[in-house]
Amino acid sequence: MTYGNRLRVTSVAAALVLLVAFALAFFSAEIEADQGFSQKIFYVHVPMAIVTLGAFVFGAVMAVMHLRTGESRYDLKSYVAIHIAIVLGVGVLVTGAIWAKAAWGVWFEWREPTLVSFLIVFLLYCTYQPLRFSIEDPEKQARYASVFAITAGAFVPLNFLAVRLADPYIHPRVLNQGGGDLPASFRPPFYLALLGMTLLFAALYQYELSHKNSRAQMRQLRRKLGGEVEASGRSAAPQVTGA
Amino acid sequence: MNTVVALLRKELLLERKVPQLVPAMALFSVTTFVVFHFALQQREVDGDLAAGILVVTLLFATILGINRLYVADREEGGFDAFLLAPVDRTALGVAKAITLFAFLVLVELVMLPAFAILLLGPGMGFEVVGKLVVVLVLVNVGLSVIGTLVGALAIQTRARDLIGPLVALPLLVPVVITAARALSPVLDAGGAGALEGRWLGVLGLYDLVFGLLAYALFDFLLED
Repeated sequence: MTYGNRLRVTSVAAALVLLVAFALAFFSAEIEADQGFSQKIFYVHVPMAIVTLGAFVFGAVMAVMHLRTGESRYDLKSYVAIHIAIVLGVGVLVTGAIWAKAAWGVWFEWREPTLVSFLIVFLLYCTYQPLRFSIEDPEKQARYASVFAITAGAFVPLNFLAVRLADPYIHPRVLNQGGGDLPASFRPPFYLALLGMTLLFAALYQYELSHKNSRAQMRQLRRKLGGEVEASGRSAAPQVTGA
Repeated sequence: MNTVVALLRKELLLERKVPQLVPAMALFSVTTFVVFHFALQQREVDGDLAAGILVVTLLFATILGINRLYVADREEGGFDAFLLAPVDRTALGVAKAITLFAFLVLVELVMLPAFAILLLGPGMGFEVVGKLVVVLVLVNVGLSVIGTLVGALAIQTRARDLIGPLVALPLLVPVVITAARALSPVLDAGGAGALEGRWLGVLGLYDLVFGLLAYALFDFLLED
């Protein structure tokens, strides 16, 4: 069985779409009157944040599938989605801090509910790996990780609601019921960047998934040949048992 | 239902014969007030600060409780015995949540008078107590539901004292936000202000969502 057939397509598509989106953002979208050039980081920060939160929810959906069917491949998918979302989450916090410094003069703004909610969600998901790591039995680890992923997935919207209510916001609303605060020339690059970021997530997701699967396949083949199979180091990742 | 009652009786009997959690949590909360007094260098507090101290103290006392909630079941074979019985497994979760709720109420019976005497500036009249009870009931439901779920999750891990608080703290942030916001006008120096419906609403929604979630997921934390 081969893995990652679609990898090349997704990777190239992600690179192309992101390139076009950023080109449009820099050359076609107007310079924002209020914040000037620093507002351009918005085309990286916001799509990345949306994709990260979407990936957390996707991880929760995969976790539900895992608990319902008991198939370990769903656990692997849930793990990979959350793993990559945590990495992207670091990017969101860093780009957010840079933007906050440029726009408001501070690295972190407590009056800004979207930023605060994101930090809380990020801190919660940071415990996902330690949790997996501290359960030895693989089957139990998968089950407990799924319970965590579902609880945390439900936590994401609730937390945003609670934090949003708690403070008047100063963060620009990108998307809301009224069509958002987005001027017309900002829209094409923004939606393209969102699409590109989603493709980037898909590509990274497929990379990690096929890496895990092919490594498991490799180990299985080595074992069949009677060769030495190196002990797999301690890892929080789900162990793939070959198909 | 009978199973829940039986399990609940067992939990309460255990705590009555060998009091462990409730005295520890109550003592911890009183000590925390003393710590707050020195750390903040305040003789009296009101409003935002009072609400924050009360909620944070309750939160940390709960975390103490969550860490110990399942220890007896794990170490003395309570889980194994329960799994052998032909009963619905969710019953254990329901019983644990009610137990934690009852413990929190008992702890608050010590904690609130201690808070009024040691730190709170404005008096604690009937009106204040009435509003406190309304908020604390909702808070306790949230704490017990999350405590039951996270406690069961953490007890099977190798580093359970570490994993429990790590997971529980961020999960309980919305409870802290809403409870502190709701209580701050109640504990105001200028007399008890009104309770704002939206905080109670969010707290209620939180309780409902995680209550249902814990009910649905608890099963998976027991199977063995």
